[in-house]
Amino acid sequence: MAAWPVLSLTTFLPLVGVLLIALFKQDEAGARNARWVALWTTLITFAVSLNLVWRFDAGSSEFQFVEKHPWLGGYGTYHMGVDGISLPLVILTTAIMPLCIAASWRAITVRVREYMIAFLVLETLMVGTFSALDLVLFYLFFEGGLIPMFLIIGVWGGPRRVYASFKFFLYTLLGSVLMLLAIMAMYWEAGTTDIAVLVRHAFPQNMQPWLWFAFFASFAVKMPMWPVHTWLPDAHVEAPTAGSVILAAILLKMGGYGFLRFSLPMFPHASADFAPFVFTLSVIAIVYTSLVALVQEDMKKLIAYSSVAHMGFVTMGIFAATAQGIAGGIFQMVSHGVVSSALFLSVGVVYDRMHSREISTYGGLVNRMPVYAAVFLLFTLANIGLPGTSGFVGEFLALLGTFRVNVTVATLATLGVILSACYALWLYRKVIFGKLEKPSLAHITDMGWREIAIFAPLVVLTLWLGFYPKPVLDMSAASVAALLDNYQHALGPAKAAALVK
Amino acid sequence: MTAFSFASLTPVLPEIILALGAMALLMLGAYRERSTAIVNVCAILLLVAAGCIAWLIPNGRAFNGSFIVDDFARYMKILACLGSASALVMSLDYMTAEREQKFEYAVLILLSTVGMGMLISAGDLIALYLGLELMSLALYVVAASSRDNVRSTEAGLKYFVLGALSSGMLLYGCSLIYGFTGNVSFTGIAKASGEGGLGLIFGLVFLLAGFCFKVSAVPFHMWTPDVYEGAPTPVTAFFAAAPKIAAMAIFARATISAFPGITHQWQQIVVFVSIASMVLGAFAAIGQRNIKRLMAYSSIGHMGFALIGLAAGTAEGIQGVLVYMAIYLTMTVGTFAVILSMRRPEGMVEQISDLSGLSRTNPALAFFLAMLLFSLAGIPPLAGFFAKYYVFLGAIKAGLYGLAVIGVLASVVGAYYYLLIVKVMYFDEPAPNFQRVPLELKAVLGLAGLFNIFYFVYPAPLVAAAGLAAKSLF
Repeated sequence: MAAWPVLSLTTFLPLVGVLLIALFKQDEAGARNARWVALWTTLITFAVSLNLVWRFDAGSSEFQFVEKHPWLGGYGTYHMGVDGISLPLVILTTAIMPLCIAASWRAITVRVREYMIAFLVLETLMVGTFSALDLVLFYLFFEGGLIPMFLIIGVWGGPRRVYASFKFFLYTLLGSVLMLLAIMAMYWEAGTTDIAVLVRHAFPQNMQPWLWFAFFASFAVKMPMWPVHTWLPDAHVEAPTAGSVILAAILLKMGGYGFLRFSLPMFPHASADFAPFVFTLSVIAIVYTSLVALVQEDMKKLIAYSSVAHMGFVTMGIFAATAQGIAGGIFQMVSHGVVSSALFLSVGVVYDRMHSREISTYGGLVNRMPVYAAVFLLFTLANIGLPGTSGFVGEFLALLGTFRVNVTVATLATLGVILSACYALWLYRKVIFGKLEKPSLAHITDMGWREIAIFAPLVVLTLWLGFYPKPVLDMSAASVAALLDNYQHALGPAKAAALVK
Repeated sequence: MTAFSFASLTPVLPEIILALGAMALLMLGAYRERSTAIVNVCAILLLVAAGCIAWLIPNGRAFNGSFIVDDFARYMKILACLGSASALVMSLDYMTAEREQKFEYAVLILLSTVGMGMLISAGDLIALYLGLELMSLALYVVAASSRDNVRSTEAGLKYFVLGALSSGMLLYGCSLIYGFTGNVSFTGIAKASGEGGLGLIFGLVFLLAGFCFKVSAVPFHMWTPDVYEGAPTPVTAFFAAAPKIAAMAIFARATISAFPGITHQWQQIVVFVSIASMVLGAFAAIGQRNIKRLMAYSSIGHMGFALIGLAAGTAEGIQGVLVYMAIYLTMTVGTFAVILSMRRPEGMVEQISDLSGLSRTNPALAFFLAMLLFSLAGIPPLAGFFAKYYVFLGAIKAGLYGLAVIGVLASVVGAYYYLLIVKVMYFDEPAPNFQRVPLELKAVLGLAGLFNIFYFVYPAPLVAAAGLAAKSLF
């Protein structure tokens, strides 16, 4: 299609940076160069990925920028491509990466080269996950991400990093291996692992529940859904700031993306049958983890639990299987990617100064850090889903879509919006407002230029998407419509009508 | 048999070269002082040559069908030669440093490799037993090659006694099979066995017990940890790779070509052995402190995974086994290259805690070992993932869902102990540095590591070769 394989270029460009960094020496100069190379690599990758947006035809639901080469000797092909569902996530990934590198500029002082290499490798694997159009290739990217993330948490993490990294790794691996078996079963059933073909393949109805569950096990852990979310707070708390950002902004989205790419189109019957089950888990996630967030003493943990709650909206919207629900799910993923990264970065700002994430360490920061207070306020409100911020659009659409299918679920989920206001505002009040009484905070400094530069794009994005969400919604509209079309077609008229009352 | 022609010996050429070479080197070693270095180099060259010739000679049979050369044999022989050669390469520095320069070591490895070739190509029960014993006898001796070391001699003795027991069982199985079918050749047995019968199945069980012992599959694995730990490290490196390949080859060939009529019966046994090996390998390895012992349990687990493909009993499954063995060879050899580099001024160390903080004291070594460990754990995109992928693919096609699910769960448990080593290297505080890593170990480690990291770029040739090899059995 294109003269330049732009998608592969976006995917593998970070590895060029890895090669360069690997050549540097293990000293102060090497560390400095590694930072710069990593930053430039991620920026260039971002620029290349913008080329995808530029040339993307939003009117088509087909996969675009397709590349296909023989690969596994008959058992799989190197097949890459994006559509309206994956492109926003690809851009999200490439956009967040430079911010992560910049946020680690001063915070990481030991083994800088290895750190940057791990992040760049991770970027390749994440972009690859979203653009792979072959199940085996997808699995390769999807699981491969465990290795760099394991090292990031384990080497540069907090005091309980070993526990957190092992829990993260084994939990995710356990979820995914069943998916691997399902992939093989699908290969023997359909004769291919090509995703573009498989979405049109009608899997036998007695096979679908098993396959669905195998995929669900993997994505539910990744997402994470209640009750398999327990790795997330640990991983978030122990990971370095940039690691938390990547986890929240992108790795969690792989779960939602998986539901959209595999579960709904490939196993429509099972998806329809199990939708109430997913709704139940989603509502529990929204309400229960919001309540848990209320009692946290650690800022990162609070945000981690709020992430689980927000992901509940995504799963709910996706399995509502209505145009609004799915569009809301996708939008919520993008929005949460921006907002949660910003929140973790906000925690990082004060953590870099005080080396504490305890909420009780802080209080009255507004007196010494006005810029920080304003930025943090914006993202707190976006987290709550205040109209005018990106958080509102996603949650609203997801709730709207679900309301058409199941009123009870939508009503209960709305509770989550209220609860999110409770914990987010409570956190904000504790940390920012009040008198600056603690002597340790007396000399805390406001955000510097580097930090402002990191937050500026996130602020712009949050407001822009809040006021004018059309670009993202348009980008995915055709693909969502095609997905739903296939879904309802597969279910047959009777079942589809029963679903949407 | 009328006229004898030398041309009819072409299929046996690699074995002839190795055997004659071994004898010549024995003479050289016995009658010339300080010839160990020459013997070692010559032995390595001979192994490489044998591997190349095994690649080049055409398909055929020798000795009235007792000796078969087909794509399967070719593939496995190349692997076995590669395994033996790399074990020898890795032993060079060790022998010098430990003052254990014995020319017999290289000669025994050559003879053992002759046995492996014989075993891989065996077309009847007699050839099978000849090959197996030739391979094993040499192995017993090299296990005890460090004569003055109690642990080494104990390992050799233990291996010998248990090995003799297993050979006895195997031989008993062979005689039962012969008794009930009247045939010793695999094709003859396949024709005569028909639907089987109790006697034949008894024989089969004993035969499989012998095979399980050689591949160290549960419940005949007991010797493995002790022998791995006790034998000198280069010998362990040798044990972990080449003999396993040969044993797995005969396991596959005998079951597939001699007992196609009673596939269902032997399949049950293989499924059980496979599950037991995977689970025991995964759980028993967790508590290990000694890295050689850990590798023993790891190899037990890996044999369980490889047997998944055999349990499928189809060409896809065997293809999986073949890919698995090739990748397993590279992973094991690479890992042992690191274990052989664990030398401090006071001598070799082999505790996992000795690797502590290796990522700071020797980043390259730590990186390659970490990649090999992730590969052993089967994490994509490393080669070990593809190894598991193909065997599970075979199992799923054959409808062995239970086996596949237990297998992947065992692989998650297994991932835990590999991660523990990565943790020790990357998360813990540095221990004193190791001595300089000798060049040949660096080379072996680099090759194995790069193969495992970049295998995913171009996996097709190995898979195609394995596919071709697997088809020749059916």
